[in-house]
Amino acid sequence: MNILVGISQVPDTATKIAIGADGTSIDTKGVKFIVNPYDEFALEEGLRLREKHGGTVTAVSVGGESAKEVLRTALAMQVDKAILVKSEVNGDSFAVAKQLADVAKEIAADIVLFGRQSVDYDSFQVPPMVAELLDIPSITMISKLDIVGTSVTAERDIEGGKETISASLPCVVSAQKGLNEPRYPKLPDIMKAKSKPIEERPASTIAARTQVIGLDLPLAKGKGTILGDTDADITELLKLLHEEAKVI
Amino acid sequence: MAPNGKNNSMNGSATTKVANNPFDYYNVDALFAHEEKMVRDTVRDFVDAEVLPIIEKHYEAGTFPPHLAKKMADLGVFGITLPQEYGCAGASYTSYGLAMQELERGDSALRSFASVQSSLVMYPIYAYGSEAHRMKWLPKLATADAIGCFGLTEPDHGSNPNGMITTAKKSDGGFLLNGAKMWITNGTVADVAVVWAKLDGVVRGFLVEKGTKGFTAPEMKGKHSLRASVTSELVFQDCEIPEENMLPNVQGLKGPLGCLTQARYGIAWGAIGAAMACYESSLAYAKTRIQFGKPIGGFQLIQEKLVWMLNEITKAQLMAERLGKLKDAGESTPQHVSMAKRNNVWMALEIARIAREVHGANGILGEYPIMRHAANLESVKTYEGTHDIHTLILGSDITGIPAFE
Repeated sequence: MNILVGISQVPDTATKIAIGADGTSIDTKGVKFIVNPYDEFALEEGLRLREKHGGTVTAVSVGGESAKEVLRTALAMQVDKAILVKSEVNGDSFAVAKQLADVAKEIAADIVLFGRQSVDYDSFQVPPMVAELLDIPSITMISKLDIVGTSVTAERDIEGGKETISASLPCVVSAQKGLNEPRYPKLPDIMKAKSKPIEERPASTIAARTQVIGLDLPLAKGKGTILGDTDADITELLKLLHEEAKVI
Repeated sequence: MAPNGKNNSMNGSATTKVANNPFDYYNVDALFAHEEKMVRDTVRDFVDAEVLPIIEKHYEAGTFPPHLAKKMADLGVFGITLPQEYGCAGASYTSYGLAMQELERGDSALRSFASVQSSLVMYPIYAYGSEAHRMKWLPKLATADAIGCFGLTEPDHGSNPNGMITTAKKSDGGFLLNGAKMWITNGTVADVAVVWAKLDGVVRGFLVEKGTKGFTAPEMKGKHSLRASVTSELVFQDCEIPEENMLPNVQGLKGPLGCLTQARYGIAWGAIGAAMACYESSLAYAKTRIQFGKPIGGFQLIQEKLVWMLNEITKAQLMAERLGKLKDAGESTPQHVSMAKRNNVWMALEIARIAREVHGANGILGEYPIMRHAANLESVKTYEGTHDIHTLILGSDITGIPAFE
């Protein structure tokens, strides 16, 4: 089975985000980058598919030089091959999806796995876009995956329940938390990954179809007021809601 | 961060990191190689997921969590700096230090286990053993299919190991060992003991396998420190071991002292982890504990304590990082290691004590890691060369006049 896993590098989820001078991207100074947490589930699932069905797992990332770090992590987790599609510009979801679809086509991927979203820009768009570009089925946010022959059965969490979906290979899936428990890379494998090759190729020129024109931080939270629970406090609460918050 | 999705806000982890990185005020991170950070983050995630949820229970019960030996081995923690041909990671000493830091952030017992297995058992077998010793033991010790222990200290010979009375005598088939060792981490559970004894007045190293006639290893009970670690005596009564079990490539006290330098190096890093745990808990507590209408972190006396902690942690990090670089370059001396062990364990114990004050009465509860670390660090300050002995090692080095001879 030819397994392709798309991974991206995102700021550590504990990072305090600051907006860059251009007003349309985040300031990366001092930011610790990590593998997009949802991509870890995709990576783990790719490795498990290889354990079950044989084949090779290729990890691919679109990004700058620093994206090599997440590919090193993938190599430490024992993917067979790592590809960096080198692009220093922040393309939109479509531009990224096009690069990834080209790689999937080139290696004749039977299955392409992604995290459900990358937790930096949260667009959720790349996995279904890649499927569309390849004209193959897409199942998003899966929490269970079974493949027998070319038949794919996946479960999705939906509001208040579960949905079971079938499709056939080749296809694209995106991973939800709970799909599996990602393994720890072993320390000897981390050391070996250091000297494994990362195939680098320039990104093809894809015109972005959207453009970010502004980024804003959430508004600072105002100070709350805590009242007691006596009858007088209830009267006070009603008064505040009416006169200060003006919601009733 | 290593790929297990465990330590980020998506998972609502209970130990969420405050601000960017509450422990790395000087961005010391930037001084580490990418793979060194990966090693650290992998062990960090492992400790968060596998150790922190269960360690208090084991500490109270006075048991080492036995399944963690295999899990640490699976991760590749044991013998991490030794070559890959023996099943080890071949990582830098800086990686080793960072891994020890993270283990001790969990509990000193975990780091002690790893120190003994790696620095006191695998290291002497690698450095002083024959190729047959290496091939026989290192792969098994790396996978925790064999556990090791190290016997140097005796009931009456602690800081002065040269006074040891355990002897080896040549016998027909090999050697007869007689004597006793004390304060031996993992003695009772070990499959192989690296034992130091005097043969014709010269200190030599011997490998003694579990079950050898005349060898017993009763567990020492009643500890109020390192409760999640097995501590034992080793007793040898006409214990006969084959000739090939002597480590051929070292003679004299420099053998065991060479091992101790390795282990002390790991402790210098490990102590930072214990200090981090105490600081993290203190900072979170100070921000949420309300007295007199505001968080106690808003009071000058508490702020002074928090600042002191972070300041000492930052100094210790820089010292350890520099020591790691020296060691990786082959330029560190045992005295360099003494200084870092002495300083960093001292600062960690002081931080644990101050953290207890920040937590008020809550500081004595098992709900917080404070008393556990404080009690553990009392041992750490004493073992592997006491604080005072390291002072004298350094005093001797800088004046040229040994105070202990």
